Amino acid sequence: MRHETLAGQPRLPTEVSAMNAASLNVKPAYLNISNVWKAFGEFHALKDISLDIREGEFVCFLGPSGCGKTTLLRAIAGLDLQTRGSIHQGGRDVSTLPPSKRDYGIVFQSYALFPNLTIAKNIAFGLENTKRPRAEIASRVTELLKLVGLPDQGNKYPAQLSGGQQQRIALARAIAISPGLLLLDEPLSALDAKVRTHLRHEIKELQRKLGVTTIMVTHDQEEALSMADRIVVMNHGVIEQIGTPTEIYRHPATLFVADFIGEANKFAANADKGGVSFGAKAFRSAPHQFGPGTPVIAAIRPEDVIPHGPGARSPGAPDIVQQPENLLDVTIGEMEFLGSFWRTRLRGKELGDETLIADFSINAARRLSLAEGGALTVELPEDRLLVFPGRA
Amino acid sequence: MAMAIDTPLPAGRTLKLALDKDEAIKRGLMIVIALYLLVALAAPLYVMLSKSFSTYSFDLAKFEFQVSDSAGNWGDPVTAAALNGELNAIPEEKLGTNSDGRLQATSFFPEFSFRSPVKYKIRGTTPDATYLVGLQLHSGTEWQEFDSNAFRRVMLRPSRAIGLENYATYFSTPTLFRSIENSVFIAVISTIVTVGLAFGFAYALNRSCMRFKDAFKLVAMVPILVPSLLPGIALIYLFGNQGLFKDVLMGASIYGPLGIVVGSVFFAFPHAMIIISTALAISDQRHYEAAASLRASRWRTFWTVTIPGARYGLISAAFVVFTLVITDFGLPKVIGGQYNVLAVDIYKQVIGQQNFEMGAVVSVILLIPAIAAFVVDRMVTKKQVALLSARSVPYQPKPNRGFDALCLAWCALIAVFIIGIMVTSQFAALVKLWPYDLSLSLKHFAFDRMDGGGWGSYYNSIRLAALTAIIGTAIIFVGAYMVEKTEGFRSGRSAFQFLAMLPMAVPGMVLGLAYIFFFNDPANPLHAIYGTMTILVVCTITHFYTVGHLTALTALKQIDQEFEPVAASLKQPLYKLFARVTVPVCLPAILDISIYLFVNAMTTVSAVVFLYSKDTALASVAVLNMDDAGDVAPAAAMAMMIFYTNIAARLIHLLLSKVLIARTQAWRAR
Repeated sequence: MRHETLAGQPRLPTEVSAMNAASLNVKPAYLNISNVWKAFGEFHALKDISLDIREGEFVCFLGPSGCGKTTLLRAIAGLDLQTRGSIHQGGRDVSTLPPSKRDYGIVFQSYALFPNLTIAKNIAFGLENTKRPRAEIASRVTELLKLVGLPDQGNKYPAQLSGGQQQRIALARAIAISPGLLLLDEPLSALDAKVRTHLRHEIKELQRKLGVTTIMVTHDQEEALSMADRIVVMNHGVIEQIGTPTEIYRHPATLFVADFIGEANKFAANADKGGVSFGAKAFRSAPHQFGPGTPVIAAIRPEDVIPHGPGARSPGAPDIVQQPENLLDVTIGEMEFLGSFWRTRLRGKELGDETLIADFSINAARRLSLAEGGALTVELPEDRLLVFPGRA
Repeated sequence: MAMAIDTPLPAGRTLKLALDKDEAIKRGLMIVIALYLLVALAAPLYVMLSKSFSTYSFDLAKFEFQVSDSAGNWGDPVTAAALNGELNAIPEEKLGTNSDGRLQATSFFPEFSFRSPVKYKIRGTTPDATYLVGLQLHSGTEWQEFDSNAFRRVMLRPSRAIGLENYATYFSTPTLFRSIENSVFIAVISTIVTVGLAFGFAYALNRSCMRFKDAFKLVAMVPILVPSLLPGIALIYLFGNQGLFKDVLMGASIYGPLGIVVGSVFFAFPHAMIIISTALAISDQRHYEAAASLRASRWRTFWTVTIPGARYGLISAAFVVFTLVITDFGLPKVIGGQYNVLAVDIYKQVIGQQNFEMGAVVSVILLIPAIAAFVVDRMVTKKQVALLSARSVPYQPKPNRGFDALCLAWCALIAVFIIGIMVTSQFAALVKLWPYDLSLSLKHFAFDRMDGGGWGSYYNSIRLAALTAIIGTAIIFVGAYMVEKTEGFRSGRSAFQFLAMLPMAVPGMVLGLAYIFFFNDPANPLHAIYGTMTILVVCTITHFYTVGHLTALTALKQIDQEFEPVAASLKQPLYKLFARVTVPVCLPAILDISIYLFVNAMTTVSAVVFLYSKDTALASVAVLNMDDAGDVAPAAAMAMMIFYTNIAARLIHLLLSKVLIARTQAWRAR
């Protein structure tokens, strides 16, 4: 497979499945955010944000704390009005509408369940005052309770449920009014790891079933990668990259994205024609546009480093070596057992003072008898060695 | 952040949220309550302040006269100043007066006779010169003609000037400014004694294993339920001129500083005790374990762990007591004798001498220590909150016979003091003729036979307390909700917050006097409420606003901030969230606010003493007036009526709380 990895240039979503791509491209933008700014005095929390979200899409805003993701969500919800720019939802200009005039359901990290109302009354809260007959409300509540997997809990109070259950009730309450847009503000952060993984899956399922356009704010990359159709990576109030989870992971547009999502080795390097050089060696790299001699940063993910057995350089070596120029002889430093893989620190003459972190599967480690202090030849695959502007 | 500055915001208008109904209601309500605080607090205080800088004097150059001979030929116009220069009819120092000053025009005409055919003309030399003809106010530069008989009724009115003269007068009158020293002296001594006693009491409650802790807690709260006049009356019965234990004082008089200090300790004690007890309750067991493991002595531990841990509580208690004592009016009025203090001076200037300007000056002077204490207390309270939020292991006292006995003795002593005062007062109310006929009767409860308003005043007090509790709780809670739960409108909210905190720093006497100035002005459209129950309710709510506001804020802060956004996203109006969630969740706090307002409305004297009228006499004021008139036993009886009522109110409150909380707080039990 060939990848377009020109730094800073838009890429084609090559790894999106055909069906997914088709369905994403056909639907029109349901939520249109254009040139949104948010200023808190001198500080600009959002800078010229423009973004289209299609109907039925599950989008994650991902970024470190203070990156503006929650500010953007609150602007969409009308809770913190943007300073400049417009927001259209379903073709309607909602830019300055108060929350009550917009069409969304929202779930907060704190659940915000009304403590003095029973579960059923919490869910029914948004259904009242809508001229619905009582029986219809009751049956809708029952239906929703079943939908979130908590039938028969309607008469309990929120404090009697676990955190995960409370979050499901909050979700049921938000979707009770069948909103056009579902906003999730770090909905899983307050839960422990097991419950979180489980609920992640359930929320995604529910969203698919209902087909409701959903925006989730999170700082947890795993959450974003596993749930989102598209991820919006934000930093310092700007969008760093928008793309599917695989695009974001495999083809980070910026060094920040490469570093924030997953892990990456970073080396201060100089650009060459068709490659980079760092340490004491020149490598072939993913295509880039930097003139020879430009200081750049070369990056490669630990799991992209390929280990080869002895004799990888010999003429009769198996053809698994893709690019002989990118082979590197190293000594294994510390090895760290992380359950499903080994994390190793590799050093070598050709690396100069740098250390290369590489993750090897248990199988590979056993096959190649990896041990601390041992010698090893690794390959940095050409298309996985990414080049970004900047100096270390 | 460097990145934030290098990308400038594009030109254009900053977006504003379109108003929806909820937001409009919120802002409307906030404006209404802010207006309430402006009218009921800020405006009266402002008027009072400006009054204290107002001086009134007769400006004789502003008036011009013309006199005819008996044949009716007019002489040359001559100013009053010129006439006075010739005659020296009114000496210079007599020209200063107050806002009600009048000067008879005939004073400048020594040969005046109301029977003479001579005619007179008067006019102002400037348009703002005013004079009365009978009750009719005239002004302007037009000549007006009078015959001798009518001219008799012409009175010159003073003109107003702004200046520090009132203050100059105050500080050059030793009998007045000595009150500052007296007030501060009384307040400092009372503070030291009260905080010392309360610390021992709170320490015993928190740090010992003595018995009867609950009973002691109950007894310690009793003084809150009675007017501050009551300890004064009781002390007079015990140590006064005809007191049972007069000889114990060995010639010293209870009337004066001694009586004021003892009585102040009585009514300020519970306030100090609660604050210090709270401070001691949050101390951390681990500090004591650490001290023990370092083999520190009990004494050393006390000074290095206990006192530093409770220091904010101690400071806060000291300032609260200081403020309570220096601003209290009832007690020094009853037992102060010839010993003048600031709060009583205000009363004397206003009620006794009708010198409103000087009353305003004393008020401003009394405001200074009260505001200073308030500011320090707020600063300290903020620090204590930070201390509270730290995770700590509560201290568990271990039995220690000697220490527990000491604690018991200390608390028993204070309990005896409190109960002694109460029993004395009760006894005074029932005894036929102290100290000659000690048989019991209810004749002192026949209030209708005394001055002071009779039983009507008691019912008025109950009406006032009930109205204050109901209306006040609603206003305070809604106001606190607006401050705590509205987005945006920041400057408005912080102004509101300031206004809500202000009443704590304003002594009741000052507020009451400010109300006279503001509401008793015929030009004020709200003048109609002067002398009615309405003004008493408004004044009492305002006087006790801050504590209720803080209670409500604390409760509201514990509610999830996201309820309002959730309700809006569910398209539910704010009032529904408020009624179905906010109020039920905050019900315990709401009930606390209402009983606080009720009890204080029953016992307060200071603010309302200026504002009651014949039809709205109050029980607490009746105590004061009956005592003043020498009907001390009926005064004690009325004070006890207030006590019974507050006990009853407390019990009803307790019952109501239980029922309501059982119904609305079921969710609290897991």
